[in-house]
Parts: sequence; structure tokens; C-alpha cells
Amino acid sequence: MPRVTYVSQDGSETTLDIAVGTSVMQAAAYNGVDGIVAECGGSCMCATCHVYVKEDQLARTPPMQPDEDAMLEGTASERRPNSRLSCQLAMTPEMDGLVVYLPETQV
Amino acid sequence: MNQIVILGAGHGGFQLAASLRQNGFDGRVLLISDEPGLPYQRPPLSKEYLEGKIGPDLLLMRPEAFYRDHRIELIADERAVRIDPAAREVTLARGTRLGYHHLVLATGARNRAPPVPGLDLEGVCYLRSRAETDALQTQLAEAQTVVVIGAGFIGLEFAAVAAAKGKRVHIVEIADRVMGRVVAVETSGFFAAKHREAGVQFTFGMPAVAILGQSGRVRAVELRDGTRLAADLVLVSIGVAPNAELAAEAGLAIVNGVLVDDRLRTADPAISAIGDCAAFPSRHARIAPVRLESVQNAADHARCVADRLTGKDRPYASLPWFWSEQGALRLQIAGLTTEHDRTAIRGRIEDGSFSVFCYAGHTLLGIESINRPADHAIGRRLLAAGRQVSPAEAADESFDLRAAATSRAA
Repeated sequence: MPRVTYVSQDGSETTLDIAVGTSVMQAAAYNGVDGIVAECGGSCMCATCHVYVKEDQLARTPPMQPDEDAMLEGTASERRPNSRLSCQLAMTPEMDGLVVYLPETQV
Repeated sequence: MNQIVILGAGHGGFQLAASLRQNGFDGRVLLISDEPGLPYQRPPLSKEYLEGKIGPDLLLMRPEAFYRDHRIELIADERAVRIDPAAREVTLARGTRLGYHHLVLATGARNRAPPVPGLDLEGVCYLRSRAETDALQTQLAEAQTVVVIGAGFIGLEFAAVAAAKGKRVHIVEIADRVMGRVVAVETSGFFAAKHREAGVQFTFGMPAVAILGQSGRVRAVELRDGTRLAADLVLVSIGVAPNAELAAEAGLAIVNGVLVDDRLRTADPAISAIGDCAAFPSRHARIAPVRLESVQNAADHARCVADRLTGKDRPYASLPWFWSEQGALRLQIAGLTTEHDRTAIRGRIEDGSFSVFCYAGHTLLGIESINRPADHAIGRRLLAAGRQVSPAEAADESFDLRAAATSRAA
């Protein structure tokens, strides 16, 4: 299974094997990774599963849809060019080795 | 303070336990759930879970290890039957007594039932808990003709799923429009039209007076005017009532929910109430106290109480927001719009992507966004900051809402 590494604010890392099709948010919640709140459960409604994707890996993630782009306007931590909502990052084999950085706060 | 007891393990109770640990609380945390298993998320029940797109695993808030790792003592399938405020003690149904230094009521709400015969017939369903959703899913697989009593969020979300599965769906609503308790007339009208396009039929302004059956199984719903709507599945979705009885028996004030102050404290300093069961003063509401039923409300209440219990006392001030997904329609509400007396529309209703800005006089109360998430995200910032845009500005698509949300004085 493709792997994703979550880097928290204190620098600690968690690496998960994630089934293709499962989102980076779902895997984090299911495995108890702190720092992703996902209040709406993955509907792209709340912007509390915000992550920063390692810049040189952005091209390997699914393209951003308008809803996600819009909801990123409402993140609690600063939006940056590599900001994504992890509920919209469904795993693909190409995403193996992805590194996502967790923001300071989600709410 | 070394022992906190939380009654209820929905979004509020779970978040409180998690936030206490996140804030460094080192005492015991006991989380009492009246449902079996681990705490789970409710919003997907009426959508992805009902549709079978996600299973029980992905419904969970967190895996079992989370509770162990964070020393959250989950007592599942158990409920409190008495609170003794003088002794600071809770009695559970199986007889266990738990002392507390602080008690948090996160008891949620339960389905309201209409005063009609026939509710016990097979095929009469509800949609609040996972168990109810499992039963509904089984019934839906076999059903052909569905009657939904109540056109609120849950009824409409379910209707969209059922209609997409090819079922005949008829919604009976006692009020004169859909979601009448929470949204503007414009929003109601758009949603009703879209549901009709998807094949859903409506009867408004008419209560159901009986659910009729044969051999113990539902067959029809009878309306006050005598109409009988055939049904092999009936969803009862007329809203919920707060679980406030324990608090009332303990002598706490009840005002459509457990009355709390702006710190979410009851009159007893050792008892707080959060989420669906709590009636609280909101700086974003025109009426006080308010009781709100939403994930945002439950989770933000929980964070506020967790902060107070770990030494960061602050008044509760979060902006309420809500969402609903009905088929391809996405409704997002920022603020509390119910007391509005005028509206301004941003975008065109005919385009299926618009926002209804709701005002009381010149004061913007809230924004209902339909398939228009940018207005919602920006609107949340605007309202949370107490900033205003005029109806004329709201309706002018060339007006820069984003700039107004960040730069204007309140």
C-alpha cells in the first residue's frame, strides 16, 4: 500500500500505509493522528483537515476542485500555495511517499 | 481537580475528552456512552454511511487505541440514571456510582415522535443513531414506496438518497415549506424545486394522523384530510428533543435544554452542559438562550469547557455554522439566520449557485450558501469578526467580499 508521512508541529512523524481510495484525512482519523480534526467527516464543508503538502510532491496529488479551493479560504491556519484539505486527497499509487505537514491549529 | 465525568459520547462528549488530554489534563476522564462500541460521527449516517460508501470503521471518531493512549475511560452501553449534586456523584444504570470533581452533561437529544398510532409497525424508521441507520438501510433495500414525515435536514438528506436509489418518495411536512425552522424562504423554495426535479413529492401544511399497517408491517400514512399515502417504509424525521431530564431531576434549570451561562456552566459550578442538550447565551443570536443542534456547536462547546477546566477560562463566542448535503446540493449556513426580516441574494438562484444574506434591519445575521462554498468560508470569517456588508454590497457580485472580511472595521 502507498505510504504517507504526517509531520506534526513538534516535528514528530507518523507514517501510515493507506489503501488506494482512502483519503489522507480518513487514514489519519482512523489511526488517531492528532492534528487533523475533520469536523465534517470528510465532506469538504469545514476546512479542519488542512495540511501542507511537501512542495515538490504537489503535482502527485489529485487536482484541486473548486469546492476545496473555496473552503481553503476558511482555514484557521494560514493558507499557503501547498495547502490542501486532506479529505480531498484520496490515495493513489503515485502518492506513495507523500509527506504532509500539519498546521499549527485547525480551529 | 482529578476526576471529570462526561455523560454522553457524541461529538461533544468525545471532543471534550480529547481536548482535556490535548490541554494536558492529567486526572481521570470517564466518558459514559449509552450506545455500544466506540464513539462515532453522526453526519455521515444520513449520507455516505447510509449509501454504503463507508463502513463502520471509517465512521469512528478514533480507533480503540486512542482511548487507551489518552487514558480516556470509555464506559459504553451504559447510562446515568441519577445525579446527586450535593454528593457530587452520578449513579449508572448498572448501579455503579461515580464521584466527580466536575460533571459535563453532553447527553444530546433524542428523536421526537409524532402523536400518532402505528409508530411500532415494522418499517417505521428513524435516523439518528448508527443502529437506527443500520435498520433503515435494511428496510430501504426492500422498500419501493417511502413516506418521510418531516422536511428538515435529515428528512431531505434521506429523501435524496432514497430517490437516487429509484424509490418513490413522498414527504409530508406540517409547515408550509422545507427546512422552515432554519432557512430563508428563497432557500426553501430552491431546495423543494430541486427535490421535485429528482422525483420527490411533497405535501405541505398537513400533519400525519396515523401510520397504518397490516400484519404488523407499515402500509400507509394517513393525513388529516383523509389522504392515504401508500408506504412500505416511513422515516420519522420531525426533529429532536434535548435529553435534559437527569439535569431537571438534579434541580438544574431547564429552558428548552440545560440552562448554562456564557462559560457553559450550570448554576452548579461543578456541572457544565454542552452540545445539543445545552441552552446557552450566544453573542451571535438575537434570542437567549439558544439551543443548537450541530457538530460545530458540540465540538466548540467542548473545547471551551476543556479550556476552562484546564485553566484557560474564556466566554463561549464561536460563530455557529451548519451544513447539509442533499444529493448534489450543498447547503452551508454561517451564523443564525432565523430572526431575519430581509434578504439579499448574491449570485443567481436560476444558476443553482447562490447565497442568501439574511438581515434584521441593517444587521447581517447570517449567510445561507447553496453550492457556493467560497461565500460560506469568507462569510464565516466576516461574521466571526463582527463585520458587516450592506444588502446592496452583498447582492453586487463585483463587490469584494474577501476584502470586506479582512479589512473593514466592525
